Amino acid sequence: MVEFSLPRNSKVGTGKTVKAPPSAKRIKKFKVYRWNPDDGKNPEVDTYEVDLDTCGPMVLDALIKIKNEMDPTLTFRRSCREGVCGSCAMNIDGSNTLACTMAIEDVKKDVKVYPLPHMEVIKDLVPDMKNFYAQYASVKPWLQTESEPPSRERLQSRDERAELDGLWECILCACCSTSCPSYWWNSDRYLGPAVLLQAYRWIADSRDEYTGERLDDLEDPFRLYRCHTIMNCTAACPKGLNPAKAIAETKKLMQERR
Amino acid sequence: MSLRTPIGRARGLGSAKEGTHHWWHQRVTAVALVLLSGWFVISLIVMTGASYEEVRAWIGHPVVTGLLLLTIVFTFYHLKLGLQVVIEDYVHSEMVKLGSLMLMSGACLVVGLACGLSVLYVAFGG
Ligand code: SF4
Ligand code: SF4
Ligand code: FES
Repeated sequence: MVEFSLPRNSKVGTGKTVKAPPSAKRIKKFKVYRWNPDDGKNPEVDTYEVDLDTCGPMVLDALIKIKNEMDPTLTFRRSCREGVCGSCAMNIDGSNTLACTMAIEDVKKDVKVYPLPHMEVIKDLVPDMKNFYAQYASVKPWLQTESEPPSRERLQSRDERAELDGLWECILCACCSTSCPSYWWNSDRYLGPAVLLQAYRWIADSRDEYTGERLDDLEDPFRLYRCHTIMNCTAACPKGLNPAKAIAETKKLMQERR
Repeated sequence: MSLRTPIGRARGLGSAKEGTHHWWHQRVTAVALVLLSGWFVISLIVMTGASYEEVRAWIGHPVVTGLLLLTIVFTFYHLKLGLQVVIEDYVHSEMVKLGSLMLMSGACLVVGLACGLSVLYVAFGG
């Protein structure tokens, strides 16, 4: 739903500042969005002064350092810390990206860290991904076939396999979907770039025999056609993928089969 | 407040099984309009300083009348398709959406018709 101003209980205030130890020489300020569902207060931005000489190079390193040494209440998701699990997606310095692959030195001023935009917040930097995952499940992201299962692997030519490049690498971090204005306004019905890229990953798979049904399920003014080729998704993807292209290919197939 | 499961909500009312038509027509009219409006603007520039009678004669030429009508139909059809998308994007109350879609389509139709009839009126020398 379009909202041009924040609801009253979402207005962000200024929070506390946690200073670096006096010995620190290279200090970087991290301005981190905080919201606690239990204290009934509005969200606030806390400032943490991080000593870069005792901190790893990535934004995630700084967040872990803050949690370990400065403020154990800070809440965020992370797992692999090398850009393959997709759990540390957040809005850093105004762009959606992975905290674990975003270098601190690439942010010139203070490092602003917010949760992914336009998602409900569970706590601090943790957004509610329920709808996103349900949408993913709704495109049946698994191989569907009519023919009897073969006695060995399902074969694919080299060219057919190459069709999946640029699709299989997606880690479902949702950086793209939560940067898409269409997804902000209509995420109740529009599937968004991440899920559409995943849907196309199965449409493009030569081993899948349900291509037509998959296209049927997507052919909808909202599910697919809310994409207006704004391309924010492609600009945001931390894995360098191109969801806008996958969506365009899907639209082409829709036209081709008419 | 709803206790529906997230999957139930995401699957919703299912797919409408349409939308391709709308999308394709928007593309086709866009391409056609690039050519048609280019032709129209260049024609106007070429005719700068032409007399009233000359311009009337130009509009009355069957090919020109046809092209002008086509430009008008495509312009207002494209406008209608575009505005429909904007309304669907931003208006979420079903009643308001339906109302504004009808109003908008009606307005495009009326203004388009007025333009088309004017061309015919000039062409057939009313
Ligand atoms: S190209 Fe489509 S999916 Fe990507 S940001 Fe734009 S509207 Fe969203
Ligand atoms: S396409 Fe890129 S940004 Fe989108 S979910 Fe996949 S990896 Fe993340
Ligand atoms: S922690 Fe896994 S992608 Fe950042």
